[in-house]
Amino acid sequence: MTDLLDLTFAEARAALIRKDFSAVELTRAYLTAMEQARTLNAYVLETPEVAVARAEESDQRLAKGEAGALEGMPLGVKDLFCTEGVRTTACSRILDGFVPPYESHVTERMRKAGAVMLGKLNNDEFAMGSSNETSCFGAPINPWRRKGSDAQLVAGGSSGGSAAAVAGRICLGATATDTGGSIRQPAAFTGTVGVKPTYGRCSRWGIVAFASSLDQAGPIARDVRDAAIMLGAMAGFDPRDSTSVDREVPDYEAAVGRSVKGLRIGIPREYRVDGMPAEIEALWTRGAEQLKAAGAEIVEISLPHTKYALPAYYIVAPAEASSNLARYDGVRYGLRVPGRDVTEMYENTRAQGFGAEVRRRVMIGAYVLSAGYYDAYYVRAQKVRTLIKRDFETVFADGVDAILTPATPSAAFGVGEMSNASPVEMYLNDVFTVTVNMAGLPGISVPAGLSAEGLPLALQLIGRPFDEETLFATGAVIEDAAGRFSAERWW
Amino acid sequence: MSVDESTVRRVAKLARIAVSDAEVTKLRGELDAILSFVEELSALDVEGVEPMTSVIPTALRLREDVVTDGEKPEDVLRNAPAREGDFYVVPKVVE
Repeated sequence: MTDLLDLTFAEARAALIRKDFSAVELTRAYLTAMEQARTLNAYVLETPEVAVARAEESDQRLAKGEAGALEGMPLGVKDLFCTEGVRTTACSRILDGFVPPYESHVTERMRKAGAVMLGKLNNDEFAMGSSNETSCFGAPINPWRRKGSDAQLVAGGSSGGSAAAVAGRICLGATATDTGGSIRQPAAFTGTVGVKPTYGRCSRWGIVAFASSLDQAGPIARDVRDAAIMLGAMAGFDPRDSTSVDREVPDYEAAVGRSVKGLRIGIPREYRVDGMPAEIEALWTRGAEQLKAAGAEIVEISLPHTKYALPAYYIVAPAEASSNLARYDGVRYGLRVPGRDVTEMYENTRAQGFGAEVRRRVMIGAYVLSAGYYDAYYVRAQKVRTLIKRDFETVFADGVDAILTPATPSAAFGVGEMSNASPVEMYLNDVFTVTVNMAGLPGISVPAGLSAEGLPLALQLIGRPFDEETLFATGAVIEDAAGRFSAERWW
Repeated sequence: MSVDESTVRRVAKLARIAVSDAEVTKLRGELDAILSFVEELSALDVEGVEPMTSVIPTALRLREDVVTDGEKPEDVLRNAPAREGDFYVVPKVVE
């Protein structure tokens, strides 16, 4: 029999229905793999009892022929999602010991669809980071290594634990969130598939908030089909999130394998940034050729305000973060550090509870929102955001169906390698992904090749609002043409 | 533009984050770097452009003005660092 861990979810699903093995057997295989992979630091909390109990329930439903869309799927949950009765920290000391009495809408839906939670996954503190090194639990380690080297590489961020766990085959899929690239960049660094859906597609209820107008939940999966299956279970209307969209969830899986003949794929010239490595450039060209060979038409397009997206993001996101994180004051939950009076208690709690990057962003946010600066920074950034969105609307109105870009400016870098870099240098990791959040569009990151050093590289496809289906169709073309990549096990 | 130390302290106060003298010096440089990075936006003409309020056209939904949740003091207080009965306890507020 093939190793259970080698199966995609779509393959395991068929085998579970055929009763080749049980959901409990599949879950136990993952629990063993998870224990053996602790060196990857992907999980910040393992929940084997929860997993086995849920797998037993899955077996009962399978026996009755009542399998849900994710029945028996061993799943990792980013520690940003509140899970009822299971510690949720956003990988911040300030939420030390917090056990939510409620479940996030997205994980509730997945649970109802039969998913089995294996544990909580590492992320950058409050999802602020691009290497997962700001986590209070330390960085997860990328299962991929450079050829002939045993140097530890980052798994990207902020959903680095999710990406490392999927690539390391210690879960079959993982939930993730994306505010500026936090699903797509780690997926790109680990040879996995990551989807940031259209803003409003997945409810934000019960997910620890970073920047509310940008945050979206989505899946990281082993391939495009699994990502489509997962998103189908995650998406859906929730009246508790005022920006949740009441719109039917299409059959995303049906879009995988759909013809791309006649689709117009835009190549934005502004994404050809200075100093782009030749192998990223070559990957991008090859991706366009693969789509063309499948019958799509490739057109050059212009998105003139691209270069302003990242600076505008670093006003909007910290501003919203400083408001959202005002709730962490040591009064109602989490860490409390004493002070002589209540204000000093707040200040001490927040100084010790937040890490350096979070403190920095909260302060930037407080600065750009403060009296006298609000119009010059925040309002201006929101105007720039209108222009960025208009760029996309113009090309879509001209008949472009999807946009192809690189996912990241480089392959994964080493743990600690950026520790002397300025915060801004780290921010540049999100240069290709952040525009998508600013405009609320859907984006997918698909593995498209290996670098000369043997590390995964990925392409990104950007779609029209609520047209994730075209992303699954075009993403599958790249995936089929590029082949599958998996990390060699060294742990 | 450049951020001075008193601005760093003022912002830290607004953000309710205690900072040491050494941190103020370090933060000054870091905040300066971030602010000069976002300064690029001032090169752009945004005259007459509406600031974005929502990426996806949405009208806020109204619902009936009734209680839909509550009566869960134990759930609400379960994670409290300090409580007395059904109340959170905080240090004395000194004015």
